[in-house]
Amino acid sequence: MSPSVPLQEMIRAIRSARTQCEERGVIQRECAAIRAQFRQVDNGARSHNLAKLLYVHMLGYPAHFGQMECVRMIASPRYSEKRVGYLGAMMLLDEKQDASLLITNSIKNDLSHSNQYIQSLALCTLACMGSAEMCRDLAPEIDRLLRASNSYIKKKAALCAVHIVRKVQDLGELFVPAARSLLTEKNHGVLHGAVVLITELCENNPETLERFRKTVPDLVQIMKSLVISGYSPEHDVAGISDPFLQVRILRLLRILGRNNEAASEAMNDLLAQVATNTDSTKTVGNAVLYETVLTVLDIKSESGLRVLAVNILGRFLLNNDRNIRYIAMTSLQKIVGTDHIAVQRHRGTIVDCLKDQDASVKRRALELSLALVSASNIRSMMKELLLFLSSCPLELRAQAASGIFNAAERYAPSQRWHIDTILHVLTTAGGDVRDETVPNLIQLITNTSELHCYTVHKLYRALLTDISQQSLVQVACWCIGEYGDLLLRGECQETEPVQVTEDNILDALEVVLQSHMSSPATRGFALTATMKLSTRITDNVDRIRSIVSIYGSCIDVELQQRAVEYNALFKKYDHMRAAVLERMPVIEKNSPGHTNGESAGEALKEVQPAQGSTAPSLPSNTASTAGGDLLDLLGGFEPTPPAPAPQGLTSTHTHTHTHTQISMIKCIFLQCCFFCFCFCFFFSTVPTLTVYDKGGVTLTLSCEKQSNSGLIVTLTASNSTDSDISGFTLQAAVPKSVQLHMKAPSGDFLPARGAAKVTQMVVLNNPNKVGYHVWRCCCCFFINNINKGN
Amino acid sequence: MMRFLLLFSRQGKLRLQKWFMPMSEREKKKIIRDMTTMVLARQPRTCNFLHWKDLKIIYKRYASLYFCLAVESQENELLALEIIHRYVELLDKYFGNVCELDIIFNFEKAYFILDEFLMGGEIQETSKQIVNRSIEASDMLQETMEEYMSKPAF
Repeated sequence: MSPSVPLQEMIRAIRSARTQCEERGVIQRECAAIRAQFRQVDNGARSHNLAKLLYVHMLGYPAHFGQMECVRMIASPRYSEKRVGYLGAMMLLDEKQDASLLITNSIKNDLSHSNQYIQSLALCTLACMGSAEMCRDLAPEIDRLLRASNSYIKKKAALCAVHIVRKVQDLGELFVPAARSLLTEKNHGVLHGAVVLITELCENNPETLERFRKTVPDLVQIMKSLVISGYSPEHDVAGISDPFLQVRILRLLRILGRNNEAASEAMNDLLAQVATNTDSTKTVGNAVLYETVLTVLDIKSESGLRVLAVNILGRFLLNNDRNIRYIAMTSLQKIVGTDHIAVQRHRGTIVDCLKDQDASVKRRALELSLALVSASNIRSMMKELLLFLSSCPLELRAQAASGIFNAAERYAPSQRWHIDTILHVLTTAGGDVRDETVPNLIQLITNTSELHCYTVHKLYRALLTDISQQSLVQVACWCIGEYGDLLLRGECQETEPVQVTEDNILDALEVVLQSHMSSPATRGFALTATMKLSTRITDNVDRIRSIVSIYGSCIDVELQQRAVEYNALFKKYDHMRAAVLERMPVIEKNSPGHTNGESAGEALKEVQPAQGSTAPSLPSNTASTAGGDLLDLLGGFEPTPPAPAPQGLTSTHTHTHTHTQISMIKCIFLQCCFFCFCFCFFFSTVPTLTVYDKGGVTLTLSCEKQSNSGLIVTLTASNSTDSDISGFTLQAAVPKSVQLHMKAPSGDFLPARGAAKVTQMVVLNNPNKVGYHVWRCCCCFFINNINKGN
Repeated sequence: MMRFLLLFSRQGKLRLQKWFMPMSEREKKKIIRDMTTMVLARQPRTCNFLHWKDLKIIYKRYASLYFCLAVESQENELLALEIIHRYVELLDKYFGNVCELDIIFNFEKAYFILDEFLMGGEIQETSKQIVNRSIEASDMLQETMEEYMSKPAF
């Protein structure tokens, strides 16, 4: 076909423009000329003008004034003009433009044109940009073409029907009979179109899916002839006969065989045949194999076939071609939940892919490796994952770090390994970890009391090397503050002994306090740690005093507040300082399922401490050693900190038993809860707080000032479970300086579903006007529960 | 279903765009920008598949042109590579040793060939010969019609 000379000249002119400005000038001139030409009546160069306009449009310049010209050219009797007109319609018009409605009539006429190439233009345009109204108008016409025309038009009509069904779901019914009959055609183009149409109809409507299940034998037959038949030059691609049609049929079989035993049974042999006979040296063969594997894994195939499919994926993993490795891992990711053991066999190859150059492959390998971690392979997998973390691209670091934490939490073989792993991650990728890592790690450290010495030594060493990783520095400061006395002792059985003086520790903390790299939160940690050390060290308390008083005038409000409060602790409340800054109790985590390599105990519920004890700045109130005058504990109650081990729980059990004389036979489920809360107020009222809410039992507290030194606290308990609670009693303990008077409760029986509440008033008298008020309460009650596993 | 096919040069200049779903001009421009930046930023020996929003992007470089095809998530990526390759073969057969300049100066022919191969986001014809024959026949029709129309009537 002779090229359009005016078009090519214009293209040459545009390309030779040296600057953007020059190009714009050329295009403006050309567009003006084109616009003038459009206004003229018929001239021989119309198609060239529109083609020029389309080129300008592709460069990104506005071309909307060509829309009406497209409409006019589509209506022209000349084929060349129709061709360019339809092309313009597909490029410039879409269903949102008003002009698109104007071409509906032209399309309708052209669909019944005698010349098949003009028909094909109309079909193509309809399939590209047909709106819902156009589709509704022209659907019967398309159906007619599906039945009675040559194969060239039939295949186009089939894809047009696909577009119509996508736009207007209800018209699907119209095409079902025609689609069915098209499956008997011999022409591959028509067959392909028919398979696509049937796929679309089945995905659209489940009833149609049921009807088309009967075509499974026909499809199997077609596939067989494609796979077994000899060389057909027309459709051959690298030895595979018509791979496009094969893949489409496999996809349809997948949809038909899903959740259906009979259909899956019918295609079993075929799938096995395709899987074994397809040549996998070229990409085409692998494309067909890939589709086969996806189909096998999705239908109800027999186990032998599934193993074959997973093995094919395993072979893909060893392929030299990166693309194939990538899709193998994507598919394995989908089945790692269901066929875990089969995928585990290929773990070695997957871990090797972590070292691949390609970022997409690395990402897939990381996801798959994290999914494959289990209790038996945790040590070796973690070595590989930590190696990966040190060299992985930045965008994968956060994901890798959080994946490693989750895996370590679930399968850690020992506490020490767990802590080592977390420390390793923090030193390598500390900047990319999530915020809750710091409290999680602190909680983990407090739990492993035998490793406190080892942990604090390691963290101190890490702090000396590098203070840029904020999470690490925060945890290190906290530990040094808590366990500084262990650090000073020097010997520790698991690390080399090193002499650490009090000055060294204070120096390290001061460096963190003064460094520009430390975030405000980190500095807060460091200041609190320095303060805590005042009770752990003996010689340099003055130094701590001076540090604290300097920060009393710090610009940062948080630091200033802390410093002022600690100053107050040094001056006015020095007698309380030791008790306030004591060792923290073990912090309980809220989530269950925390194995950590040791069994956690039986069905007895975990003991829950209060909300306030996790933040390091609030004083804790375990009274194991000095400072016992802080709390006057309940008579006979052991002040064991709420430990997760069952031993601690049973000891409180026996105490409650003697305390309240319960009959064990009647009670199936005993709940004994122990909570402590502390709030600090300087002679102000506290609004209503919910201090305890667990297992359907809620306890709220509201305060009201009565006189200058008196306070009335009302405790209200309610029960939202389905069973009654009997024997509800409340006990409270307060410091010796405060007088407590508990009035009689309204009752001890809490009916189910919050039908009534129990209230108890408590009067507190504070004649000495002590600043802090620390309370401890215990409530004991019984629930008769029918199902034990509550 | 395929969503769009883009051809662009190594400098990011667009040579062909085919959209199989209706989209506004602004969206199209944004997608073109995103695609060119993403694909041109890829290293030479990496895999040809990308993820973008909920679509899979398959791209392949032939000489100085990048062919970028976006498909929905249930499609077969390896087959998409084959589709791109088939289109290049068709162009090659038509133009005879096709190069980028052929596609620049004869862009409307490239579109006509594409419209014989793909339609509505799906493959239309799986046989190379039939597609070539259809293009030749349409061209022949155009020429004879031109000649007929331009001949003086007696």
